Amino acid sequence: MTTEFRLAIGAALGQDRVRGNIRRAMDGLVTKRREAFPDPQERESLRDEGAAIRAEAVARLPELLEELERTCTGNGIQVHWAETGADANQIVLGILRAAGANAILKGKSMVSEEMGLNEFLQGQGIEALETDLGEIIIQLAHEAPSHIIAPAIHKDRAEVAALFRKHFPDQPPAQQIEELTALARTVMRERFRGMTAGLSGVNFAVAETGTLCLVENEGNGRLCTTLPDVHIAVMGIEKVVARLDQVPTLLTLLTRSATGQPITTYVNMISGPRRAGEKDGPTAVHLILLDNGRSRIHADPELSATLRCIRCAACMNHCPVYARLGGHAYGTVYPGPIGSILEPQLQGLAERGEMADASSLCGACAEVCPVRIPIPRLLNRLRYEAVSTRAASPTLGHGSRRLAVQSGIWRLWSWVCAHPRAYRALTRLLGLLRRLQPTRLPPWTDTREAPRLAPESLHRQARAAGFPDRA
Amino acid sequence: MPHTVYFFGTCLIDTLFPRAGLAAMQLLRRAGVRVIFPQGQTCCGQPAYNSGYRDEARAVARAQLDAFPADLPVVVPSASCAGMLRVQYPLLFADTADAARADAFAARVVELSDYLVRVLDVRLTDLGPPIRVAVHNSCSARRELGVADATMDLLGRLARVELVEPERAAECCGFGGAFSVKQPEISAAMAADKARAILATGAAVLVGQDCGCLMNLGGTLGRLGGGPLVRHLAEFIWERTHRDD
Repeated sequence: MTTEFRLAIGAALGQDRVRGNIRRAMDGLVTKRREAFPDPQERESLRDEGAAIRAEAVARLPELLEELERTCTGNGIQVHWAETGADANQIVLGILRAAGANAILKGKSMVSEEMGLNEFLQGQGIEALETDLGEIIIQLAHEAPSHIIAPAIHKDRAEVAALFRKHFPDQPPAQQIEELTALARTVMRERFRGMTAGLSGVNFAVAETGTLCLVENEGNGRLCTTLPDVHIAVMGIEKVVARLDQVPTLLTLLTRSATGQPITTYVNMISGPRRAGEKDGPTAVHLILLDNGRSRIHADPELSATLRCIRCAACMNHCPVYARLGGHAYGTVYPGPIGSILEPQLQGLAERGEMADASSLCGACAEVCPVRIPIPRLLNRLRYEAVSTRAASPTLGHGSRRLAVQSGIWRLWSWVCAHPRAYRALTRLLGLLRRLQPTRLPPWTDTREAPRLAPESLHRQARAAGFPDRA
Repeated sequence: MPHTVYFFGTCLIDTLFPRAGLAAMQLLRRAGVRVIFPQGQTCCGQPAYNSGYRDEARAVARAQLDAFPADLPVVVPSASCAGMLRVQYPLLFADTADAARADAFAARVVELSDYLVRVLDVRLTDLGPPIRVAVHNSCSARRELGVADATMDLLGRLARVELVEPERAAECCGFGGAFSVKQPEISAAMAADKARAILATGAAVLVGQDCGCLMNLGGTLGRLGGGPLVRHLAEFIWERTHRDD
């Protein structure tokens, strides 16, 4: 069956340069993470803490969100609820129109990708200017992020240099990383002037204090949240945490897992608009809380672990499938292991269930997840939901991938393996007929030799060698 | 103190690589263990389980619970199948009438190299010539069960064997059971990279605890040509330590 995903996989596997770029970058991130956790015991106990903090937040999600709304409102932050990405876009548009803004500065936000915000605003005649270097690069190239923290991970220096040459012909040509960064800084600094509105994502929102935490390394995020008159923060509802004293644990897990940094260059704690007597900061701060299917995920006690995610991308940095495909082949906002459990739930198993099959269940993701999301376990669960005949399940599209032929084969297989006599008769027959075994068994033999059936099964050899059948 | 164990041969070894299974049983027997091979065993159920067919997997799994009734260790010459029996059965049977039985069964399951090292602490007399061996520890051995160290320890007891691990040793070989059929292109790309890393070690033999990985890598190496021999660790150790009398 050739689906869109399979076609994209085929295309991705043919792109050696992209694969090389991604692998080099991944290797760097994997090494940095390893070095950032020199003490395995400390790492594991931090992961325990992180998992507990996030599990608590997910378990108490409804009440924490209500508390967050109260505390934010008390701090002068205007809170908006959005059921879908389209709703969130309308809220952003309303705020921009009221502020008379015809452009918006954007800090890095995957939720805004989920909303399709840039495209939407463009359709409304409003320009969305990305300010994160990686996001600038892919915006110039008219591409989507291929990684959740390193959106241009698939591009190498030469490609970026060529892109900048094309788009900024007036600037001195840049080749080295430092020159490219300096060029981007020069160009972007000009754009920050006189902007009315800025948008950011949220790494953690603290229910107890109404504080929005944001990490970044370039300073562009802080400019987006402080320079314009209006700051709009968008977040998925799962990003809430109960207390401020839980943030340090999550921060250190996030930055060390993501980039191997003990802390990012900038950590922003936003607790409201400019107050009387303050010299800078926006005069209005809006927080948009996006559901977009998360409540449905929350309704399942096991799959709700998906919502613990703090978006560090360690799972994709360590994923052998992501290493081969890169992010674009998935065709979704969130790629890699987290994408493979999140997207089938957000968009439904009928649409994205195939992503859950694109894993060898090797467990490299779960081994590094800072909040211990059991990703292979959840992939297995989603595979079950996809073919399940259970009447009720909160998972969107459950049962939608059940095929009559396939389920018939599994039922037959199951019957044989549940009846030892039938199993032994069948394996005996296979052994006797082994000369009839076809040498070509696609897709297996497209790249491999076929294994040969043994003439005598282990069952028969064990008996012949005198191994008893019972205690 | 004499040991008695059950041996769970796995369906892959049963039908394709019985020599590996027999070698494992002979190793155990030579170490003084009484090995029982229940003829009622079939498959651990993992193929259906990882394809989402839990009811079908459970029916097969229940037959295994029936086939190994006594309170004896169940030794498994595959970390992947051992992981299914030990880690996944309790999840598969949770909230069913067989939950307690599955938990008790799971607790008795031991991967072969883990049993040989941790329980038996076997001594191996290496009779073979000096040789370089590449080890492929499966993802189940490394991550699900945490027995990769035991495998390295066990193979390290062969005096004239030089052990090497290929580059990116911890990375999956791309087998993944149904994955290799459902996503054949990705699987093949992973297998090709792993095969090249193995070739680069210059090893004469590739050894591992899982016949799934070995079938994938052996098949890929076979297509590339000129690669190392591929052996399950039990068969490799038996060949190196067995004297025909």
